[in-house]
Amino acid sequence: MPLSSSDRAPLFAEGAAGTLKLAVYLLLASLAMIADYRGHYLARVRELAGTLAGPIYWVASAPVRLVRAGYGAASDRSELRDENQALRERLMLAEARLSRLAAVQDENGRLRELLDARTKLGLKAQLGELIDVDLDPFRHRLLIDLGTEDGLREGQAVMDAHGVLGQVLEVGPERSVLVLITDASHALPVRVVRTGLRTIAYGSGDIGTLKLPHIPFRADVRPGDALVTSGIGGHFPAGLPVGVVREVTPDDVATFALAVATPAAGLARSGEVLVLHDERERISGGGADVGELVGPPEELPVAAPVLPRARGEHARGAQR
Amino acid sequence: MKTTRLPTLIYWGSIVVALVLTLMPLPEGLRAAKPFWLALVLIYWALEAPERISLGRAFALGLVGDLLTGSLLGEQALRLVVLTFIVLRLRSRLRFFPMPQQALAVLALLANDRIVMLMVRSFGESAPIELSHAVGPLVGALLWPWIFLLLDSLRLRTRPSEA
Repeated sequence: MPLSSSDRAPLFAEGAAGTLKLAVYLLLASLAMIADYRGHYLARVRELAGTLAGPIYWVASAPVRLVRAGYGAASDRSELRDENQALRERLMLAEARLSRLAAVQDENGRLRELLDARTKLGLKAQLGELIDVDLDPFRHRLLIDLGTEDGLREGQAVMDAHGVLGQVLEVGPERSVLVLITDASHALPVRVVRTGLRTIAYGSGDIGTLKLPHIPFRADVRPGDALVTSGIGGHFPAGLPVGVVREVTPDDVATFALAVATPAAGLARSGEVLVLHDERERISGGGADVGELVGPPEELPVAAPVLPRARGEHARGAQR
Repeated sequence: MKTTRLPTLIYWGSIVVALVLTLMPLPEGLRAAKPFWLALVLIYWALEAPERISLGRAFALGLVGDLLTGSLLGEQALRLVVLTFIVLRLRSRLRFFPMPQQALAVLALLANDRIVMLMVRSFGESAPIELSHAVGPLVGALLWPWIFLLLDSLRLRTRPSEA
């Protein structure tokens, strides 16, 4: 090991100056973290850096793209034809189901009119592609290629074909960070379909598991029960599939039951996702905008007033 | 002129590679094994070319890492400043350790870094402490000799006439 030119440096490090510098930088880092955590004072910095980070993300995700391209090139015609066939069948099934759903929706709409429900949830979905980078091995976060330029906002629900995936955590101009429902700091209000019990599903930090603590014993939750979003908190639209209960055990002190659920969404880290834009639309009910004259335009369903507070809690995961 | 520029290129190149490796996706089971690449590269340069590494540099690099990985701004900055401070303090001893011992020292540094990370994260969110947190530093220490040899040979090869 040859000596480098730097050996003019003293053998014993200088004392006070180094420690002082350390203290200053530690303080700076702490202040930056507090500023970032408390308010979004540093949003501009993030935005700027986000645009510069594009090439690095591109390079880091290159191997996965390469493998995928290679796979596409290697799979031969007959395989593709089979896959095409299978997809066609699934599409037909889905369409049949959808047309049935349309009839039900129609009926539902009429019934709601009769009940004088003022608003309904109109859902719009936007397709986004995941960028294949690993942000942090101990957090369940993903990067997608949509940002403020595509109309994304913080807190929007994200799902894939099978169920709820997570929500938008940070929005940049071109890219955004999602937090998955399995992230250890995430909490999601859910409803047990069979019994109607409302509870909260916490992320476990493990990609295949959601935890539902504090379920009363008499609530009758069984393995196999389906979970959907309850819509409480106004963050996620109600009724989206979340997962299936896998196991119910008494908790440590045996006062409540602890259920463990398997998420419905494929939480693998690549592919495409749907970002939901929920727009509360009025049911016009034949005549145009009758409701507009009656009440203030902000008259929204019960869930609405909870919205601003719940957003803050969810986004930073301060629920635990 | 050229003699001074090439090592600089390697220095920046190694940092860019570390950033890319940090973001590189791994199969689900291997994710926890991902070492703290930035720290490994930083330790190397702090040991071998300390004129390139200062606490300020470590801080700036950490901020870049934070911005790329979307972690709390300042988290990696704090971790790298702590790490660099220790390395620069013990540099005169660490440099002349035989390789296995040096790898052990790196293990200790990385383990300490993990503790700092968990400490920082425990303020803001629930950060469950699991056994898998120990895997990253272990892998880092195992990789250390190879990183050291690779960077050393690159650096020395590109330092022609003056030696």
